[in-house]
Amino acid sequence: MKNYLYHVAGLCLVATGAMADTPVLNVYTYDGFDSDWGPGPQIEAAFEETCACDLQWVAAGDGAAVLSRLRLEGDNTDADVVLGLDTNLVAAARETGLFAATNVSAEYDLPVAWEDDTFVPFDWGYFAFVANKDVEAPADFKALADSDLKIIIEDPRSSTPGLGLLMWVKAAYGDEAADVWADLADNIVTVTPGWSEAYGLFLDGESDAVLSYTTSPAYHVIAEEDDSKTSWSFAEGNYMQVEVAAKLASTDTPELADQFLAFLVTDAAQSIIPTTNWMFPAVTPEAGLPEGFGDLTQPADALLLSPEDAAAAAAPGIEEWRDALAQ
Amino acid sequence: MARRTRSVNLPRWPGAAVVAVLLLLTLGTLAAVLWRADSFSGLGRADWAAVRFTVIQAFVSALLSVGFAIPVARALSRRRFIGRGLLITLLGAPFILPVIVAVFGLLAVFGRNGLLNEALQWLGVSKVSIYGFSGVVLAHVFFNLPLAVRMILQGWLAIPAERFRLAASLGAPVGVLLERPMLRAVLPGAFLSIFLICLTSFAVALTLGGGPKATTVELAIYQAVRLDFALDRAALLAAVQFGLTIVAATVSLWIALPEGFGSGLDREITRWDGQKTWQKVVDFGFITLAALFLILPLMMVILRGVAGLSDPPSSIWPAIGRSLAVALTSTALCLFASLVLALRGGRAINVASALPLAASSLVVGTGLFVLVQPWMNPAKAALPVTVVMNALMALPFALRVIEPAVNKAEADYARLSDMLGLKGWARVRIVILPRIRRPLGFGAGLAAALSMGDLGVIALFATEKQQTLPLLMYQLLGSYRNDAAAGAALVLLGLSLALFWLFDRGGRVDVDA
Repeated sequence: MKNYLYHVAGLCLVATGAMADTPVLNVYTYDGFDSDWGPGPQIEAAFEETCACDLQWVAAGDGAAVLSRLRLEGDNTDADVVLGLDTNLVAAARETGLFAATNVSAEYDLPVAWEDDTFVPFDWGYFAFVANKDVEAPADFKALADSDLKIIIEDPRSSTPGLGLLMWVKAAYGDEAADVWADLADNIVTVTPGWSEAYGLFLDGESDAVLSYTTSPAYHVIAEEDDSKTSWSFAEGNYMQVEVAAKLASTDTPELADQFLAFLVTDAAQSIIPTTNWMFPAVTPEAGLPEGFGDLTQPADALLLSPEDAAAAAAPGIEEWRDALAQ
Repeated sequence: MARRTRSVNLPRWPGAAVVAVLLLLTLGTLAAVLWRADSFSGLGRADWAAVRFTVIQAFVSALLSVGFAIPVARALSRRRFIGRGLLITLLGAPFILPVIVAVFGLLAVFGRNGLLNEALQWLGVSKVSIYGFSGVVLAHVFFNLPLAVRMILQGWLAIPAERFRLAASLGAPVGVLLERPMLRAVLPGAFLSIFLICLTSFAVALTLGGGPKATTVELAIYQAVRLDFALDRAALLAAVQFGLTIVAATVSLWIALPEGFGSGLDREITRWDGQKTWQKVVDFGFITLAALFLILPLMMVILRGVAGLSDPPSSIWPAIGRSLAVALTSTALCLFASLVLALRGGRAINVASALPLAASSLVVGTGLFVLVQPWMNPAKAALPVTVVMNALMALPFALRVIEPAVNKAEADYARLSDMLGLKGWARVRIVILPRIRRPLGFGAGLAAALSMGDLGVIALFATEKQQTLPLLMYQLLGSYRNDAAAGAALVLLGLSLALFWLFDRGGRVDVDA
């Protein structure tokens, strides 16, 4: 019996020794990324095959909420990498001074040039209004405002798509943005806190269209064999969302963090993105995009404000938006 | 509302400890958020607009809930029919329903393609839209009408049957003599309770509000924390919210609050008036209207959910287990705190019953985060913090049910117990507990069901390994899986109701009505 106990004790020691040797990489992300059906579990498995480490996801709301959480934690944070901020949040993120430069680079397939030594893009998409195919698509925001079409949008104060729409109107109309919002007011059924509520209401028939992505119809085609949905290309161009990852300056495993960022833009990770996160990969995989992505609406133009311009436009833009819709 | 410390002779520290924890969780977390704020700025124009909107919608919601509840409660009090008991139980359902589930149920009835608009279209009438002010009020009436009915019904049931007989034999007007004084005593309290609940409304305003016009204070706090990271503004807004509640609660010290909303609801009173046919038609009209209004949305949640149950995600089982564990632990905690406070009596009760209602759960969550974070990884504290938060939020409701029962047990048996030398915990165990089993069960049911459906702080703290059922539902919704989300919502509804029913029944077994 005593012998047996020694064995158990010995095994425990070996086990804890092995545990201690495995470095842990903490990655903060948004909820959808790390759900059973999101890219999280697959990317975790693929990365752990190469790194001899333990990747742990910490999901905290959406991109804006992840940044808030990092700011709450400050230098004290356990995060080594954060994944899922977008270009509209990058300036605010940079301003915290919590992030460190990395040497990762890749041949990105983005419609815009990407040069940033800190924030690594891992996927992107075009914002677009998603609707049923039998609804006649308006040509642009002004035609939408003149129509009787009902839309559901997200709140720019609590969601990244909502903020994206705000930037979209700003990038397309500049000083005229407030007038466009005023004209759109009677088309807006409701403003939801996040993408989930908005898309859910749209699928329940509460509106003709919803602010989402040009890639949303691909989900319905691939996962549900339903090709009744489409998205609208606007003459002004469609605004882009580029999602990025970055390394925290306070990380205790900087090499591992760099290794993960480099892994994110490899084929192994990028080929997981399209049918799990339903976005375009930042680097097109060798095997190409999955079927169903080919038929997606191609916007007339790609709009994107630089992080600095986006940061400068956010506060006055929200003010403008609120005043126009609160009439 | 004068209360004295009871003669149970319990040690004073448990009550003091509970009050201290309450203060820490509400005002302490507010202070923590303020302490963490870097800079200070005042409230803007939009913030004051939010304050105005919040007060107005809460006022209108409370007015409509109570106004509609009066005829419904009267009808329920003086009519007997098959299924009356079941209907009264079902009336409790909306109040314990997770907000987002209820909203989808409401939209299935009142939405653009809902039952109402289909019917209107069939009649050739143009569609109605509920978004905006009306949507917020509609949802609040849906949630709180049942609460108002139960409170007012309690008032009617408390009028002794002998008085109705006396009034009948004298040919005296029942309305003026009996009902009006009762309503005058009960209505202000019912109104105030619902006003307070609507004051801190969050998710409803978000989805049904229709846009920036319908920003509540709680929503402004959410946006300040989540997007602007303006902790100073969040704390200021939370302070404004406390201020509003304190004003309302001070008013409540002058007007009597109704005695809980639990026991004796199965009884109908025998009356000698109101037996004319037209009165019966009116009564059943109101009962039918209320039943349709409350039960149709629930039915829609069930119908949609059944379709989504066919293919549940594998993570639903651990989520169910976690949700149950959280709900049961927080129920135990909530009951313990309520009992300790109810036994202690005194001013502590006033504080305890108002503070959690006034607190913004987002500020409490953020404050706890700030307090916990230097000591441990907040992710490790996610579930315990959720348990504590849920117990806190259910405390005012449990206390309202349990405290009057403890009062009554003490009023009836204090002298006898004193004579027998029964003191301290022995007295609680032998004399008081058996007499408050029913309200205790009802309070436990409320706490468990409220906790079950709460999304709350789990979203702020959690990691992947800790999702509860509401969080899972949100994630499904966020991944295009609407049918599965509807299935999860049905499971949530079923579990909430089952927990409520089990505790409520459990409290009644072997107990005379």
